[in-house]
Amino acid sequence: MMNSVQTLSVPERLPRAWRLPALARTLLRFGRRKPLGAIGGVIVLALLVMAIFADRIAPYAYDQSIPAARTKPPSAQFWMGTDNLSRDVWSRVVYGARISVTVGFATVALATLMAATVGVSSAYLGGVYDIVVQRVVDAWMSFPALVVILSLMAALGPGLPNLIFALSILGAATASRVIRGSTLSVMANPYVEAARALGAGHVRIVTVYVLPNVMATIIILSTIGLGTVILAESALSFLGFGIPPPYPSWGAMLSGSGRSFIYHAPWMALFPSAAISLAVFGFNMLGDALRDVLDPRLRGSGRSSS
Amino acid sequence: MRNYILRRLLVAIPSLLIASLIVFTLPRLIPGDVVQLMLQEKAYGKDLEDLRAKLGLNRPIYVQYGEWLLAVGGGHLGESLWTRQPVLAELTRRLPVTATLGGMALGVAILIGIPVGVVAAVRPDGPLDFFARSVAILGLSIPGFVTAILVTLLPAIWWGWTPRTRFVEFSADPAAYVLQFVLPAVILGIASAAGIMRLTRGMLLEVLRQDYVRTAWAKGLRERIVVLKHALKNALIPVMTVLGLQVAAIASGAVIVEWIFGIPGMGQFLVDAIVQRDYPVIQGINLVIVTIIVVTNLTVDLIYAVLDPRIRY
Repeated sequence: MMNSVQTLSVPERLPRAWRLPALARTLLRFGRRKPLGAIGGVIVLALLVMAIFADRIAPYAYDQSIPAARTKPPSAQFWMGTDNLSRDVWSRVVYGARISVTVGFATVALATLMAATVGVSSAYLGGVYDIVVQRVVDAWMSFPALVVILSLMAALGPGLPNLIFALSILGAATASRVIRGSTLSVMANPYVEAARALGAGHVRIVTVYVLPNVMATIIILSTIGLGTVILAESALSFLGFGIPPPYPSWGAMLSGSGRSFIYHAPWMALFPSAAISLAVFGFNMLGDALRDVLDPRLRGSGRSSS
Repeated sequence: MRNYILRRLLVAIPSLLIASLIVFTLPRLIPGDVVQLMLQEKAYGKDLEDLRAKLGLNRPIYVQYGEWLLAVGGGHLGESLWTRQPVLAELTRRLPVTATLGGMALGVAILIGIPVGVVAAVRPDGPLDFFARSVAILGLSIPGFVTAILVTLLPAIWWGWTPRTRFVEFSADPAAYVLQFVLPAVILGIASAAGIMRLTRGMLLEVLRQDYVRTAWAKGLRERIVVLKHALKNALIPVMTVLGLQVAAIASGAVIVEWIFGIPGMGQFLVDAIVQRDYPVIQGINLVIVTIIVVTNLTVDLIYAVLDPRIRY
């Protein structure tokens, strides 16, 4: 009896219960709590993959004319058909993702930088500076988005860098207002006062005490901004003020040739439409879910739609 | 209260002035010279200078701004550099067109957004709520120009029906004039309706949790009275503010919708003017739009103070 018990020797190391890595567990929990947000995340991921590996995924180049394949309906060879210049629509949609993603991320990065600079400095310095800056932001915000961007694009001329610049100036104004509010509430905390009492300089207070606490707001604003920017880019390209052809922006694929051949070859317009809507939907859902998880106070804060 | 109104008015004035400065300088940043564009390749140095002097483009920019501001104050918006028509006359012809479109779109947004929001909030997580929220998400994600294209494309494929594109003047046929705006206005209003629905739902849910609503239930009032009379009134206050912001969103959307449906309103005028670098026209349109929006926001703020007695500035 004793022997049999003794033979059950305890192994030196118990086999650990198999667990998912921490990141995967967080993602899984996010997916269970926010199913729509998770769907959005998957769409965004697919979009990123399409954008980065566009030259591997697309069977043809975006400007390649395929002989004897003018306005062919969708088939096994051309998943989304071909357009009036014998180009593969699927390939163009894939390369279009690259434009949307580039414009989206670059614009949001630039806009966030501007908005954080203006918002934080305006709240931190206060006084006359704050009043003057806020009046300019007021004036800027009272322009309808598209009217400002159209005028700016006309002033700057077409092209990718100008488009990014114009879109980010616009996004920065609204975002700076939110960041300013957030900074004001952070600065009311006793720890900021304590830091000042301890003799911390302005730079130290802003970088060590204020910025990290405003970060959640900034991240949420950026994610939600991405959807809006992608929408704005496609609207501008649709009107012909965006990225010039032959580069395939989804918005541009809908205007021009997409519109004149619309009855003859509807797939030319349908697939880019679906791509725009899916991309915007993905970013909106992901942004909404992130906001709910990271900062419930911002729930219901406005997202402009144009 | 009177102090608040006065202070709010005083804040609006510098906003308008700064906006006018932006309105004035923005089109002047456009590269390429309208004078060169007008004379094409026929121009020589002397002709360019003459035309510039004639159009008043050769003086310092601050002088031009000052004169423009004085003229605007007197009700003159200048004349188109191309057609020599007064900008104000053209605007008064086109403003009613865009105003009809925008007003109808706002009407669509309110008529769909608020009732659906209320119904969704009364039975949260019910089938209707789920349906309304899903449709709202779609409405926010599908851009207006995509909806417009689908609306013109799908019926054409299925039934061979295409919307009429010829514009009917009000004087010719008032009924047809209004009817032709229905489709564009619905397309324009959908996105705003989705936003308003979501906000109405969220705000109403919050208000329905308040103590005074429970008191109303406890008094034995009917659901209709509790929701519509007690709760909705307070839930709609933030919705008012967003309605003000929607005016700007609708003005943006109108540019695209007018372009697609060939409606001769302000949006089309603006796109044409930008292509032709017609400064006075761009300035005039921007100024009118900005003034409308600043005044709308001001009105919303004032109504806000009247509606919500807790606000005392």
